[in-house]
Amino acid sequence: MGIAEIKKHLSKFRIGIAGAGGLGSNCAVALARSGIGTLVIADFDIVEELNLNRQYYFYEQVGMMKTDAIRDNIKHVNPGILVITHQKKLDRTNISEIFAGCNIIIEAFDNAGMKEMLIETVQTKMPGIPLIVGSGMAGWGKTNDLICRKIDETLYVCGDETSEVSDNLPPLAPRVGIVANMEANVTIEILMNIK
Amino acid sequence: MKESITVNEMLILKKFSYKMRIIKINGTLISKENYDSTIIHDGDDVQMLYLMSGG
Repeated sequence: MGIAEIKKHLSKFRIGIAGAGGLGSNCAVALARSGIGTLVIADFDIVEELNLNRQYYFYEQVGMMKTDAIRDNIKHVNPGILVITHQKKLDRTNISEIFAGCNIIIEAFDNAGMKEMLIETVQTKMPGIPLIVGSGMAGWGKTNDLICRKIDETLYVCGDETSEVSDNLPPLAPRVGIVANMEANVTIEILMNIK
Repeated sequence: MKESITVNEMLILKKFSYKMRIIKINGTLISKENYDSTIIHDGDDVQMLYLMSGG
């Protein structure tokens, strides 16, 4: 299948992205370049200078809402994508409403408790919707430890499932970017199998 | 050998102490408040996912 056909197929789908930090911003841009039709992105934070070590933002965007900044950046790579943003903190009560109609949901938080909350909520309130999670990507090196594990038809995990962030093991652009792109890659793989 | 144990008993037996996790049994997610009441039977498909901060 050629690129035009692939883009035409992917343009039919709507993908939810929970968080627009290191995982979410990079994953969103990869999906936009690939031609996903609609991206629903939720985040409540602003772009900070510290984020620029790994997140898909620019120096001039420091101080902007991440939802506004990512919308602008997607527009610069693919103006044909519909981007729906929610400037909101996700919780158990609003997730199924915000991501209603999405074919796949991508977990892109940094905090482990938020990751757990999102998985519990999506898997119980939105049964059958595939959820792609990132877990374990702090530090550098260990490229071949980063894998994608399919738990079942509705749950995939990307990362090494071991490396947690700490003062001595910060999140850096390469490993976070790899996992963000792995999440995008699994998304496309699932969508390409839908006829 | 017992043929069934609860989720909590399994966690203790296997020394799984890390708190941020998801457990699915035969495809169904088990919430934390049901760890004591959910029984794992011989042959069940038990999947566990640890959640690490970072992203």
